[in-house]
Amino acid sequence: MLIFEHSRAGRRAIAQGPAQPASLDDIPAELRRTSKPLLPEVSELQAVRHYTRLSQKNFSIDTHFYPLGSCTMKYNPRACNTLAMLPEFLGRHPLAPESTGQGFLACMYELQEILKAVTGMKGGVSLTPMAGAQGELAGVLMIRAYHHARGDFERNEIIVPDAAHGTNPATATMCGMVAREIPTNKDGDVDIEALKQAVGPKTAGIMLTNPSTLGVFERRIREISKIVHEAGGLLYYDGANLNAILGKVRPGDMGFDVIHMNLHKTFSTPHGGGGPGSGAIGVSERLAPFMPTPIVGKEGDTYRWLTEKDLPQSIGRLSAWMGNAGVLLRAYVYARMLGREGMKRVGEFATLNANYLMVELKKAGFELAFPNRRASHEFIVTLKKEAKELGLTAMDLAKRLLDYGFHAPTTYFPLLVPECLLIEPTETESKEAIDSFVEAMYAIRKEAEADIEKVKGAPYTLPVRRLDDVRAARQLDLKWTEVAAD
Amino acid sequence: MSFIPHTENEIREMLDAIGVDSIERLFDEIPAELRIDDLHGVPEALSEMEISRIMHARAQRDGQYLNFIGAGAYEHHIPAAVWEITTRGEFYTAYTPYQAEASQGTLQLLYEYQSMMASLTGMDVSNASLYDGASALAEACLMAVRSHRKSKSRRILMPASVHPLYRKVAEAICTTQNIRFELLPYDERTGATRLDALKAFEGEDITAIVIPQPNFFGVLEDVNAMTDWARANDALAIAVVNPTALAVLRAPGEWGGQGVDIVCGEGQPLGVPLSSGGPYFGFMCCRQEHVRQMPGRIIGRTVDLEGKVGYALTLQAREQHIRRSKATSNICTNQGLMVTAATIYMSLLGPEGLANTASVSHGQTRKLVEALTKIDGVSRRFEGAFFHESVLMLDRPVQPVIDALLEKGIVGGYAIGNDYPELGNALLVCATETRTDADIAHYAAALNDVLRSAA
Repeated sequence: MLIFEHSRAGRRAIAQGPAQPASLDDIPAELRRTSKPLLPEVSELQAVRHYTRLSQKNFSIDTHFYPLGSCTMKYNPRACNTLAMLPEFLGRHPLAPESTGQGFLACMYELQEILKAVTGMKGGVSLTPMAGAQGELAGVLMIRAYHHARGDFERNEIIVPDAAHGTNPATATMCGMVAREIPTNKDGDVDIEALKQAVGPKTAGIMLTNPSTLGVFERRIREISKIVHEAGGLLYYDGANLNAILGKVRPGDMGFDVIHMNLHKTFSTPHGGGGPGSGAIGVSERLAPFMPTPIVGKEGDTYRWLTEKDLPQSIGRLSAWMGNAGVLLRAYVYARMLGREGMKRVGEFATLNANYLMVELKKAGFELAFPNRRASHEFIVTLKKEAKELGLTAMDLAKRLLDYGFHAPTTYFPLLVPECLLIEPTETESKEAIDSFVEAMYAIRKEAEADIEKVKGAPYTLPVRRLDDVRAARQLDLKWTEVAAD
Repeated sequence: MSFIPHTENEIREMLDAIGVDSIERLFDEIPAELRIDDLHGVPEALSEMEISRIMHARAQRDGQYLNFIGAGAYEHHIPAAVWEITTRGEFYTAYTPYQAEASQGTLQLLYEYQSMMASLTGMDVSNASLYDGASALAEACLMAVRSHRKSKSRRILMPASVHPLYRKVAEAICTTQNIRFELLPYDERTGATRLDALKAFEGEDITAIVIPQPNFFGVLEDVNAMTDWARANDALAIAVVNPTALAVLRAPGEWGGQGVDIVCGEGQPLGVPLSSGGPYFGFMCCRQEHVRQMPGRIIGRTVDLEGKVGYALTLQAREQHIRRSKATSNICTNQGLMVTAATIYMSLLGPEGLANTASVSHGQTRKLVEALTKIDGVSRRFEGAFFHESVLMLDRPVQPVIDALLEKGIVGGYAIGNDYPELGNALLVCATETRTDADIAHYAAALNDVLRSAA
């Protein structure tokens, strides 16, 4: 039932909002609203009950194991939320004088410094991008600005491995560049020969995730770095998989010129059902002048915003203010609780859990996409054989897992592995949780062997069965109207 | 503290299963020369109690002020239930609803949100959010260029009365697409965009015109005339609006004879706290005919294999994870949790509550302007009707006055002379329903003191 269906004309959550209207007689009639907007008219209890019940229809980290590859669904410590929501932080206006935000700015400045240390990006960190994709946009705009500042206007190609996140090529396009795809070899590394042929005077840069979306570390990263740099291009690091290497190796040391970090992955800020994220960026020294503003600067004991006046070559602003400040506060609290030792343990245990789960699934008879490689913090199972022999697809298995109380792994990504499941357990899951996931995977394959139709009908125990996506796209129903109510 | 549950025994069992003798061995594919031993520059770990103490101390240092700034971020009362429910783990720690069957709560909520926003703006469809108001305007400009195929110029008319930071963001994001923004001046007297300035563009290929309501000065624009101009000159009309104001102001879908094409804006006033500028959320709505060019996630209602109603992400062929380099935008993660708060906020207020919030904000701003302009040396800058903000002129530089008010616990307004040098000693002030008559009297007395003591 929709909230609108609880609505009755004239009902109100009376304690909310002013009880009486004020006069609008000084606003010209032709600028005033004539129709009542279709907002629900419900009591406070009805609204609270409705949305509480809706929440119960979700899987979440707090309720379920969530091994969603490339998404790093780790525990989001409650203290991060509580401390970011102190009334003084929530009440501060973004344009209030800097003197009223020294405590907040101290947190932001220290977070910049911590992220610099973690990534080895010596040129600096800007916290302003509001999600990974906006961090990518900032990064490619900086690469473009760097070439232009050198009078080099010909470089308009961004090289992207075929395993890359969809945001990488989409970002290149959005920045007025052309995305040029290069293949991956059978062990999951970039095809070096193809790279050599792709680079040239039109190369603006390359976008890489390392460990890659195939769940393996790009072993020849130094060679790649050399090839691209010698061709005059720069290296962009997609930080989606930073969790795997936290405290073990740093993008700055690998030769990257610009990186974004998904703080909603590695630094455990919540995913919130699809955001807000935070895509802080870090740069090498040569890209420092181009960073997006604002950035927090420190003079003596005082913090202040650095703006276009301080960075005249900046690519400019990407948000009205400074990005997702409240998300950044959560990341700061998390980073301080982990500390230096804790961060190393994140990389170690994320990797331990992934390798353990990979081995256990292999023992249970599942085929690995890259059996000769170590897992990073994630790995890929391919159901090519099951699909052919049993008719069991990655989608079927994913949906059946929901009935067993596990969120599905990432399915059908990366695109180049058939029937793939990209699995990332994260460091905060216990051995028991991982073991029971393996049991569920095994049980589902057994089910498929006995009765494939049963698996294909899944899920059975969720609020809805499998949904008709084709109908959703063909018979667009994107909003409720009173006429359409059934 | 790393929130890691493993016992020593379990670590040993897991390593044995893998067939290695140490965790360190698991990193043996990383070239040795790249490995680091320690994260110099990262401080030692703190317990929850220790970090709690630091954060409380910093929050107290920042303090709480009586705020009279709006300028794109507005302090409204947020019902307690909004964030109590929004931070429930099931909303707070869920991922993007790609697995629809396991995400019906978030998906249905987003469908309800889309319904509310479409109605509030008077448009056919809404997406499920963008990052913030400024980047939503940039995306709206990119969308207009894609959608208006007949127009080749990529010229967009941008009133100078649009939020200056929004204009900067639009520049930064659209610059690589060869989009040119032509600035439309505002009327010296009214503070609204000069309609006569549009004459210069008649007969030319203009892709779109941006129409703010209210504008950055708080002034109401003649949105009907501007929308009709767009229609008559074959340009798309992009409205950038305050959602609270829409409860009492004409919906952009009804502006002029036929309404606008795209509506965008900052969703923060709908239940999201100020929190130094984020996270907020951008909203975007459009006419049906443009829906396939809209960026961001969209939720559709459909049925499951038993015919039961359910909700799912739809029109994903627009998006980066499917279309890659040909996507409408690179946006992936949006601001889902903020939309959760906004949806609960709108449900709790309802049409009457939101309209009262809007009209009382307007009424309190009228009182504020009246009280402050009674003071010698303070006058209203523009004559045009306003919503809940107004530009005041002081008889002296603004910054020292702002500093002196701060000493009295008041954040007195925003010095817009920095963005509009021609306005000189101008102060943009705002009141919402949260500023009582007593707050306004307190501000007026404080401003009077400051101006008199320094005179």
